[in-house]
Amino acid sequence: MTDSKYFTTNKKGEIFELKAELNNEKKEKRKEAVKKVIAAMTVGKDVSSLFPDVVNCMQTDNLELKKLVYLYLMNYAKSQPDMAIMAVNSFVKDCEDPNPLIRALAVRTMGCIRVDKITEYLCEPLRKCLKDEDPYVRKTAAVCVAKLHDINAQMVEDQGFLDSLRDLIADSNPMVVANAVAALSEISESHPNSNLLDLNPQNINKLLTALNECTEWGQIFILDCLSNYNPKDEREAQSICERVTPRLSHANSAVVLSAVKVLMKFLELLPKDSDYYGTLLKKLSPPLVTLLSGEPEVQYVALRNINLIVQKRPEILKQEIKVFFVKYNDPIYVKLEKLDIMIRLASQANIAQVLAELKEYATEVDVDFVRKAVRAIGRCAIKVEQSAERCVSTLLDLIQTKVNYVVQEAIVVIRDIFRKYPNKYESIIATLCENLDSLDEPDARAAMIWIVGEYAERIDNADELLESFLEGFHDESTQVQLTLLTAIVKLFLKKPSETQELVQQVLSLATQDSDNPDLRDRGYIYWRLLSTDPVTAKEVVLSEKPLISEETDLIEPTLLDELICHIGSLASVYHKPPNAFVEGSHGIHQHSADQFAIMKQYFSVLQVWLPATKAKGLEIAGTFSRRQGHMYMDMTFINKALQHMTDFAIQFNKNSFGVIPTTPLPIHTPLMPNQSIDISLPLSTIGPVMKMDPLNNLQVAVKNIIDVFYFSCLIPLNIFFVEDGKMERQVFLVTWKDIPNENELQYQIKECHLNADTVSGKLQNNNIFTIAKRNVEGQDMLYQSLKLTNGIWILAELRIQPGNPNYTGKKKTNATAFSYKLMVHIF
Amino acid sequence: MIGGLFIYNHKGEVLISRVYRDDIGRNAVDAFRVNVIHARQQVRSPVTNIARTSFFHVKRSNIWLAAVTKQNVNAAMVFEFLYKMCDVMTAYFGKISEENIKNNFVLIYELLDEILDFGYPQNSETGALKTFITQQGIKSQTKEEQSQITSQVTGQIGWRREGIKYRRNELFLDVLESVNLLMSPQGQVLSAHVSGRVVMKSYLSGMPECKFGMNDKIVIDKQGKGGTADDAGKSGKQSIAIDDCTFHQCVRLSKFDSERSISFIPPDGEYELMRYRTTKDIILPFRVIPLVREVGRTKLEVKVVIKSNFKPSLLAQKIEVRIPTPLNTSGVQVICMKGKAKYKASENAIVWKIKRMAGMKESQISAEIELLPTNDKKKWARPPISMNFEVPFAPSGLKVRYLKVFEPKLNYSDHDVIKWVRYIGRSGIYETRC
Repeated sequence: MTDSKYFTTNKKGEIFELKAELNNEKKEKRKEAVKKVIAAMTVGKDVSSLFPDVVNCMQTDNLELKKLVYLYLMNYAKSQPDMAIMAVNSFVKDCEDPNPLIRALAVRTMGCIRVDKITEYLCEPLRKCLKDEDPYVRKTAAVCVAKLHDINAQMVEDQGFLDSLRDLIADSNPMVVANAVAALSEISESHPNSNLLDLNPQNINKLLTALNECTEWGQIFILDCLSNYNPKDEREAQSICERVTPRLSHANSAVVLSAVKVLMKFLELLPKDSDYYGTLLKKLSPPLVTLLSGEPEVQYVALRNINLIVQKRPEILKQEIKVFFVKYNDPIYVKLEKLDIMIRLASQANIAQVLAELKEYATEVDVDFVRKAVRAIGRCAIKVEQSAERCVSTLLDLIQTKVNYVVQEAIVVIRDIFRKYPNKYESIIATLCENLDSLDEPDARAAMIWIVGEYAERIDNADELLESFLEGFHDESTQVQLTLLTAIVKLFLKKPSETQELVQQVLSLATQDSDNPDLRDRGYIYWRLLSTDPVTAKEVVLSEKPLISEETDLIEPTLLDELICHIGSLASVYHKPPNAFVEGSHGIHQHSADQFAIMKQYFSVLQVWLPATKAKGLEIAGTFSRRQGHMYMDMTFINKALQHMTDFAIQFNKNSFGVIPTTPLPIHTPLMPNQSIDISLPLSTIGPVMKMDPLNNLQVAVKNIIDVFYFSCLIPLNIFFVEDGKMERQVFLVTWKDIPNENELQYQIKECHLNADTVSGKLQNNNIFTIAKRNVEGQDMLYQSLKLTNGIWILAELRIQPGNPNYTGKKKTNATAFSYKLMVHIF
Repeated sequence: MIGGLFIYNHKGEVLISRVYRDDIGRNAVDAFRVNVIHARQQVRSPVTNIARTSFFHVKRSNIWLAAVTKQNVNAAMVFEFLYKMCDVMTAYFGKISEENIKNNFVLIYELLDEILDFGYPQNSETGALKTFITQQGIKSQTKEEQSQITSQVTGQIGWRREGIKYRRNELFLDVLESVNLLMSPQGQVLSAHVSGRVVMKSYLSGMPECKFGMNDKIVIDKQGKGGTADDAGKSGKQSIAIDDCTFHQCVRLSKFDSERSISFIPPDGEYELMRYRTTKDIILPFRVIPLVREVGRTKLEVKVVIKSNFKPSLLAQKIEVRIPTPLNTSGVQVICMKGKAKYKASENAIVWKIKRMAGMKESQISAEIELLPTNDKKKWARPPISMNFEVPFAPSGLKVRYLKVFEPKLNYSDHDVIKWVRYIGRSGIYETRC
């Protein structure tokens, strides 16, 4: 059967002919005609005028013809809403068909017809289909809810479809579960704070069960959804990780990447010293490497993600640099990404191999790639000091090739090398100067000028060289002009006698003949400096420059964390947050990213309490946490001294909450130079009490074999909130009234885009309990209580106006002045 | 999720266009054509963002498949879906070509309707799809048949239907490996790995439960612990360390994770059971020793020796050595001991072909390359010498130990199944720099 003939009709009066054929008596003819219509539609012809004729063909028991008509309907119903109604009856009838395939087809198609009037009729059939006995119909209906929500969100809520969808998470069929999860995830993106998915341990368990049984696509939906869950403790995080890890061996790379995403996120929550943490890290590397043997497009996605992973956790892939070596036949986009990762993984251990590779790449054909390879050599020099010499000689070899863009790129990176290792490689300046004439790119010209200016005293003809650039001063780019100005001023300061004229010339060019305000300003500043106080000028212009950093192009840490939450998605490919390229996105992901950030605060961000410089090489970083009803002080001890440390002990000064350690410091082995140890010190509040200022201040003394050191830190108040801080409703009411107004404090929380339920959920995690909630004049009022370890109760009223991100809060307490201050700290 | 899917021919004419989301307009079709298909330069990325719309594309021969979205979709999933779409189309009508697509456009629309719902990929196993998407028109299915179809499409074992019967239960296992090498001119291995696939063709009745075993080091070591020390020593030598492996979705991954056993109910017919990768103790079937000498500015002398490095009783086939020549080559003279060698000007290479070569042998080619004098300052990039071959063993050392079949409901046992195993090692990217 050849259908290609339908593409070829191109005569005049085509529409007219089609119309006739569509109304032909013979069924076969009609089918042929519909095919022609679809073909015309595909190539972009407007065949909407045939609407009534096509719809007439809908009443048929031929499934193929029916599907074609549906396809047409989906395309044109929107442009002919009135006539689309004609199709409704047929849909409703099909939804009752004994054949589940037809029921599903009808509900699937109806959801794609974006006409308000039709959607009204869709509700009843959809409700039935959501409870259909056949899983095929249910899984189709689940997606249909998402479609309907896209057309009319309010209606979906009013009709209770969201609840039905939530029920489907417990469905016995894994594919139904997967589609329900996909639909809910998407819907909840448009309601960022609705907590629609309501991920709780029971639901999570259901999802994890379905994960083992559903299709590869379903597994992706479920994993992507899981990554938005915040486990309540380490144990839960670990148990989810254990059930997700097998997915790393799936043949579908998207399943693998989504599993990696879940694991990367939950790793943050696992204690770093546990065996499991180490095992999990090891398990992540092989699947990532395997992704590179896939098709090039998937390789590209994988590489973009690996780039993020390497920045977040370099230890995962540090042994695997060889797999990122470029193959001759790799597509250019794969080559460029591999190169990026190679530089990130370059270290003293592998630098020889890396350099040999880079040298190889610098002779390839693709200009971008070659340039990047040259740049990479420079970055290796800066990153691994031991290799600098070899890198410089490699760069010199490349300059000898005289390939224009290679030379220019090499000069740019050599400038950076000069900055990193001053007074080491200046002997090569002569070689660089030979290539002065071939430089035509602003970057390279600026780099060369900078070098000449910086080392003017060693270059005999520096003045001539710089003068040669002055000729076409106004044709240069701003970057070159600015550098040239500075370079000549430097030269003048170094050799004032011979270059007076030159500096006059450049200053007048910059200040009088230029329109560029930056250039003029800089010119005037120099001029004034030179004319008033040459000594100061020298101090300013020839001051020592700050060192340049070893790592370049690092993604900023908060963005990196956000992107890690998006592993596998477009955001991770673009290295941009979703709202940078998606219209009106603020979805669940972003929301989860900030929760992620909050969690991190409590789980992993350590503050440096005692810097090594103040404690003869001992550095202590730490944080406080509350886990399973106990308080802990989590600390990392790092030995930055040259000798080992033993005999550790810790003591606290008296403090406001009577905090004392319940065990001695658990460091039993000597701490070797450059070694670090993570410990968790259990605390209790049964010690002596003394009021501190600020209230949560804690003074700590740590002793080791070298000396005793003191530092102080602030204890976050939320670790004092106890688990039984939920006050009885009645007691709350009475107490609230009893507390005098002078014990009341009002405050505002600004810019908090959460709704009442999410807020109370979040607070509950910190042992602040919601006693009651009521709605007064459109505002949500939350009444809350919390109890401190010392038995003080604090009551709060929180007023949330929908749409107003600023909350108003009132706090009352029955304790004395002591509590006042306390309240100030809580929020 | 995926907002739309377009298929174009090499000229950029649309052959198939299916829009799933309202935010994708007809103009998206043209945007991709103008910005990617008709773009002057080479494709710099498989993902293109044009006016806040993202386009994912793959190319099969001269056909472009593009998925379009405005959302932050799972990018890996979109590409995997496009590959799957290609597989499904190939399974239905063979090669993906303009003609085949035009001939089957109704079928393609029907498939797209089924496997992508509102942009969410649905079950896309051809085994299942072929039960109800046929171009023969709908057969009058009985109620049982219908519910069987739907339960298969949505079920746990979506890749196999019930009630398959064969007179002869038979299965074929192919261990297909491609060995990749990058060697320095001095003969140092810069990188080498084997990527292998186990492809299974199964013609088994019922719903057979299969268990596959190979000489995986982890498994053998584990068993070795239980057995005598002698056993462990013996088997330990023959086992291989697998860096990583991935499985067809029929394999129970959690079982592999906990016990490292590979158990599954296979799809009917041909499919890829697993992929794996090894980097340790690879048998490199050939060694290439290049010698390039520049004689003045207009002449190059090249000598290449290849040595086969496997059992003398085995024969390698389809050996091809490709020696790149500079762009300004004017003439080449070649002498080779074995096989045929030719200079192919259009490919800028000397291609040396040998039909067969036994193990532990060596052969040599020498060539004189005349160059036209040029004033091109850029040096010749000296692409690596690449090699192709096929050998009848697995360069990774992988051995199939068993494939057991259990079908409790039907009365045939593991012994009744006829099993065939074949090993083929091919060159992947097998390059030696010169």
